[in-house]
Amino acid sequence: MILKSKRLFYLLCLLLFLLIMLLSPLYTSDYFLILVSNILMYIVLTVSWTIFSGPTGYISLAPAAFFGIGIYTSAIMGSQFSLPVILATGAAAAFCCALLVGMVTLRLQGIYFTIFTFGLVELLGEVVQWWEVNVTGTTGRIVPGTEYTTVYYTMLGIAVVLMLTAYIIKHSRYGLALQSIGEYEEAAGHTGVNVTALKIVSFAVSALFMGACGVIMATRWTYIDPSIAFNPLFSFLPVLMAIFGGVAHLFGPVIGAVIFSYLEEFLTTQFPYYYMLIFGVILVIAIVYLPTGLTGLIRKLGGRLRRRHANT
Amino acid sequence: MPILEASGVTKYFGGLAAVSNVDLSVERGEVYGLIGPNGAGKTTLFNLIAASLVPKPGIIKFNGINITGKKPYQVCRLGLGMTFQTVKIFANMSVLENVLLGSFFGSPKYVPLSEARKRSEELLEFVGLSEAAPTPAKDLTLSSQKRLEVARAMAGNPELLLLDEVMAGLTQTEVSEAMRLVNRIREQGITIVMIEHVMKAIMNLCDRILVLHHGEKIAEGTPEQVAKNEQVIAVYLGE
Ligand SMILES: Nc1ncnc2c1ncn2[C@@H]1O[C@H](COP(=O)(O)OP(=O)(O)OP(=O)(O)O)[C@@H](O)[C@H]1O
Ligand SMILES: [Mg+2]
Repeated sequence: MILKSKRLFYLLCLLLFLLIMLLSPLYTSDYFLILVSNILMYIVLTVSWTIFSGPTGYISLAPAAFFGIGIYTSAIMGSQFSLPVILATGAAAAFCCALLVGMVTLRLQGIYFTIFTFGLVELLGEVVQWWEVNVTGTTGRIVPGTEYTTVYYTMLGIAVVLMLTAYIIKHSRYGLALQSIGEYEEAAGHTGVNVTALKIVSFAVSALFMGACGVIMATRWTYIDPSIAFNPLFSFLPVLMAIFGGVAHLFGPVIGAVIFSYLEEFLTTQFPYYYMLIFGVILVIAIVYLPTGLTGLIRKLGGRLRRRHANT
Repeated sequence: MPILEASGVTKYFGGLAAVSNVDLSVERGEVYGLIGPNGAGKTTLFNLIAASLVPKPGIIKFNGINITGKKPYQVCRLGLGMTFQTVKIFANMSVLENVLLGSFFGSPKYVPLSEARKRSEELLEFVGLSEAAPTPAKDLTLSSQKRLEVARAMAGNPELLLLDEVMAGLTQTEVSEAMRLVNRIREQGITIVMIEHVMKAIMNLCDRILVLHHGEKIAEGTPEQVAKNEQVIAVYLGE
């Protein structure tokens, strides 16, 4: 009974928050919308990364590759098609690419998988660069811009669908199976889990959201080239944000993304020369002292408080 | 038709023949023992049967179906459950979740949550772990972890269960308990192939025993026959 009302309370809070988010373009500035869109972008990249890498422990450094695919889909289709069509295409392209990559790489164990996925970002960047120079004869592309509110609402929509998807997967039998793969892959297979198929499909589902995210971000940036689209930072940051926030709960990566992207904004304006350094130091401290992330720390503190309560 | 049939099964690791030209045939309802000195190839033979390794050459049939070259999950869903010599539980998942996973994925048909939950709770009861259901599996004692593996392997309603040294490292009382468990599993109509070094258990439980030495089958028969076999005596005394 208590559990149920508590869950209802959380749900109401979430709905209220969503309502505020939906109405905020009415009473806030463009600057605020851009800032929040940026934060939402990191939330999408981080949470979608967590869908696959969180439970299985396969650290993927491919987000930038799928994000870049979305960006280039946007750049290529930009002027001829409507946004929903481009979004669907970008997401589908990223999904299919991840299926292919997954089939090849998910046989690899641990660190080899990580290295390969990172290589993928570089590879795609180089291939697109080569193509642009030798075939189309350009270096960069102009992407038709969209209004700030459109970017904002699209990003919010992607984030909401993503959170729902991640929640459903996590609490389904497939979430349990993904976790069992992370715990003991061999035993998972002998317990009846089709390990390979599950890894490939969940990897592709996470890529789908990264692709959609790239599509809409490109319309905000308006100019892109291979080094912007396939920037390895978009692989590293989601991983760091997820680890910083903690992957055991869905809100971990969200909190990590919010704090980190705000920090990035703050540091780049206040300390433009040292921001990477400060960033790095905070990260190292976080990883050393918060092995289960912020949410892990909060849980631990919560547990301690409750115990103290029980003692008195 | 035998439930499990292996013919000419061989597996090389580099130049070493871990299992070499082994034939075996297990009848439905039997408890079949697999013994031999350390490094004889017993665990490797299990891995071949359960499809983590592929025999080369050799053929393995389960219920008359050739399962050579299938994936572990496919063999599992056909009705073959297994436990591991070094326990391979899902350490950070709860005891119940460990078994739930097997209930969801271990059989070929779709099992709804309520049914999976019921089945898992029954199995935890069956192996005596009901109390521990919500605890993380890593907090269990070794003997409980081994029973958890048995429950997980049984969750997919297997017809054949491979038990790899479920009694190793247990105390006297725990061994007797484990022997009773094996008998209770057998009463459910499940065929069992077990690897064991605890001779008392093997001699008491098994209908037939196969003895492996350096990857080769050196004897097969009832416990009495095997105990009298000169080659077997030589191998065990020579150890
Ligand atoms: N993956 C592997 N790679 C290389 N050699 C292996 C591998 N697995 C087992 N072996 C070798 O194969 C032989 C048989 O090993 P196996 O584990 O099957 O023996 P066992 O009969 O189960 O022994 P024990 O009673 O100690 O469990 C041993 O010499 C072992 O070192
Ligand atoms: Mg062994």
